[in-house]
Amino acid sequence: MSTVEQRSAAVARRREIGEVVLAVENVELRFGGVTALADVSFDVRRGEIRAIIGPNGAGKSSMLNVINGFYQPQQGTIVWKGRRLRRMRPHFAAKSGIARTFQNIALFRGMTTLDNIMTGRILKMRASLLEQAVYFGRARREELEHRAFVEKIIDFLEIQHIRTTPVGKLPYGLQKRVELARALAMEPELLLLDEPMAGMNLEEKEDMVRFILDVNEEFGTTVILIEHDMGVVMDISDRVVVLDHGRLLADGTPDEVSRDPRVIEAYLGVVHD
Amino acid sequence: MEVLDLVLFEPVRGILDAPLFFVEVLIGGLMSGVMYALVALGFVLIFKASGVFNFAQGSMVLFAALFFVGFMDAGVPMWLAFLLTLAVMVVLAFAVERMVLRPLVNQPAITLFMATIGITFFLDGLGQAIWGSDVRRLDVGIPEDPIIVADIFINQFDLFAAVICGTLVAVLALFFQYTPTGRALRAVADDHQAAMSVGIPLSTVWTIVWVVAGIVGLVAGIMWGAKLGVQFNLSLIALKALPALILGGLTSVPGAIVGGLVIGAGEKVAEVFWGEVLGGAIEDWFAYVLAMVFLLIRPEGLFGEKIIERV
Amino acid sequence: MIYRETGQFKTSYAADQAVLRLREDRIGLAVILLLAYVAIPLLASEYWLSTIMLPFLIYALAALGLNILTGYAGQLSLGTGGFMATGAFAAYKLATAFPGLDFVVVLILSGAITAAVGVLFGLPSLRIKGFYLAVATLAAQFFLLWLYNKIPWFTNYSASGVISAPTRTALGIPVTGFEASVTAKYLFVLIVVTLLSLAAKNMTRLEVGRSWMAIRDMDIAAEIIGIRPLTAKLTAFAVSSFYCGIAGALWAFSHTGAVEALAFDIGVSFRVLFMIIIGGLGTILGNYLGAAFIVLLPIFLNNALLGLGMQEAVAMASHLEAMIMGALIVFFLIVEPHGLARLWQIGKEKLRKWPFPY
Repeated sequence: MSTVEQRSAAVARRREIGEVVLAVENVELRFGGVTALADVSFDVRRGEIRAIIGPNGAGKSSMLNVINGFYQPQQGTIVWKGRRLRRMRPHFAAKSGIARTFQNIALFRGMTTLDNIMTGRILKMRASLLEQAVYFGRARREELEHRAFVEKIIDFLEIQHIRTTPVGKLPYGLQKRVELARALAMEPELLLLDEPMAGMNLEEKEDMVRFILDVNEEFGTTVILIEHDMGVVMDISDRVVVLDHGRLLADGTPDEVSRDPRVIEAYLGVVHD
Repeated sequence: MEVLDLVLFEPVRGILDAPLFFVEVLIGGLMSGVMYALVALGFVLIFKASGVFNFAQGSMVLFAALFFVGFMDAGVPMWLAFLLTLAVMVVLAFAVERMVLRPLVNQPAITLFMATIGITFFLDGLGQAIWGSDVRRLDVGIPEDPIIVADIFINQFDLFAAVICGTLVAVLALFFQYTPTGRALRAVADDHQAAMSVGIPLSTVWTIVWVVAGIVGLVAGIMWGAKLGVQFNLSLIALKALPALILGGLTSVPGAIVGGLVIGAGEKVAEVFWGEVLGGAIEDWFAYVLAMVFLLIRPEGLFGEKIIERV
Repeated sequence: MIYRETGQFKTSYAADQAVLRLREDRIGLAVILLLAYVAIPLLASEYWLSTIMLPFLIYALAALGLNILTGYAGQLSLGTGGFMATGAFAAYKLATAFPGLDFVVVLILSGAITAAVGVLFGLPSLRIKGFYLAVATLAAQFFLLWLYNKIPWFTNYSASGVISAPTRTALGIPVTGFEASVTAKYLFVLIVVTLLSLAAKNMTRLEVGRSWMAIRDMDIAAEIIGIRPLTAKLTAFAVSSFYCGIAGALWAFSHTGAVEALAFDIGVSFRVLFMIIIGGLGTILGNYLGAAFIVLLPIFLNNALLGLGMQEAVAMASHLEAMIMGALIVFFLIVEPHGLARLWQIGKEKLRKWPFPY
């Protein structure tokens, strides 16, 4: 896939980008004396691919953790689908359509690929414990319905052959893919991806980029992406947030951001001509 | 109302009516607390250096006591019996490191915990298979008659135990603080991988710490055995060091001491003043329920380090 | 190539979701059920039924309960004995208060009562994990046993302390106490165990089981996909205690015929824990393998030592038993954490390829 083609894809998609769906406003997060995020604000529009970049320790993962409620910021608000929230809760985030993957893969290692992805459907299941014990009625119907849905995701991500393999035994690249599958099984409106391509070889990276673009285009899923590979970030994201030492350094289109001298300095330490 | 009065106020009145008796009970409790502390100390050493929650510490106490009393009954002089048992505990430490810890390195903590439950059963079985399961009297020549201080009866044996425990703690503190081995142990306790990367051999450190825990177990075994006779029950009594440990915090030596004292004194006072109202023998569970309630309020224990969870 | 999936195509997800997906497995299970329901009652002596089969089945049920909590949900418990005692005494109080009540109803109610007690003692699991929780469950073990031992209400103010379980009927057939035949007791226990095993298999492979395993494998990730740790852990405690409670009630009513707290001491808790470690954590089959192993081991050792003409064979056998169990725990934790059940699976894998090496 050439850069030009991807750019034009991004341009084509931009027409579908809608209203602001998520906004973080003046978020401040401290751990004891360490300030992880200081007065950070930015917004995300429906349907866009939004990248967060920055050097190590800039607070990128902490930002995702604030968005899906794992960390409670000391100050600031989150506006999610029109609701102003002082703080997010993980359960509420999951229920209202936020899914995520982790930098250090957070799969359920003792379970098979299929079971791992099926856990993404748990919030949509209603059968009681008793119905499940006898595998009858709603329990059976739901299990089969959701199995069919999950199989579609398995086909989409091309992981049919590892369906019944315990994920602990899978190679790194496939584990990343299964984790994406589990997040997709939740049918999220907003997908938080924490370094989905870290540690991958070129071929695996290309696959992953293709999946992210497909998800974004076919399902209209909004994506927030943390990534170190600048080529990928510049190619596929619509807008980029740059964090450095917990502060917002720059915010704009890939072109704007990549020309910003402060960004160049933070990234390379010296200003290049 | 009557029940409430019986449970809440009557025992308190009992305490106020006989303050001297209360103090005696309290001191008696503190003294058995010293014994719990001795066992808990062994737990803390191993946990600090290897992150292993050693369920078998109580069994090591029984195991050491069985060998010690066995040698003494066979006519071996006491100092030699002590040395021989020490040798047994060293062999045990090597065996545990080689056959249990090393193959299980990098396994989840809970797996290692279950493995130490396995060691517990193995040691209980082995000790009794060699020495039999009869109760054996152990006399190491500590006087048992009480002395009277300001109208309060104090058991000399208990005093002696307290002194031994104090000495042991002091020696251990010096060992940890001032010897190269002690420094290595502290380094490993802080960070396994970092310690390994500067060339501290993990397996040696683990063996040493199990040897030290074995010595602590031997001392505890001799004290417990001299007090109650050497018998299988020791292994169960030593289990009460677990709540003491939880109370004090898993990583703290002073915590183990304070935890032991609190558990010992608490359960004695509870038994003497509340036991009757509640049906007796509440010593059986008091320590555990106290620890459980405490866990809910302060999971890291009195002196433990707070655990911060990160993603 | 005796055992293989080749040629057995699944054309619907329903067929693919079946408990036993392969024809060979279905035949195998049918044979085992035939043996258990027909051959054993016809052929086995009363001695065999009462000293081996009954304890085996009831222990397997308790192991199933503990495995749900520890093997599937990852919450280590040393309080199994206390929960079994709760089931036994709940059944005793119910059976004596309502003598006409069908024993099936008594069992279900005692299971439900134990489930409630289990949830109560499971509450600390929300704040504490691992060995901390294990120590907290020791509180359940010691406190509950003390309760039933010391509070006379639980034994209906009996003077002797040892109370015998009364005879009660299920669908009109006596299945407990001294008036019931051993065969009736055996078949009744077998039916209960069969049904509860099927229920456990279903729960562990559906939503609730997946949420248990998710909590076990990585509780933070589980929370972020919307599993509530509170609900998942407490359901595990409830279901686990329900099973243990029924096992305790059956132990007192259908096996020993005596309701006494001391029959459920901490030794029982450890024995059941060993069954699931040796049998296989997080498997259903492992509970039977582990229970069979732990029930048969002392009998085997006793006979072997007697056969060698050893004096004090009984005491020695119990010491040897402790040593062997301890050594096996360590062995399985190191070599095969999934226990005997995993070995069985490896065996099947071999059969699949036989006579070729791969």
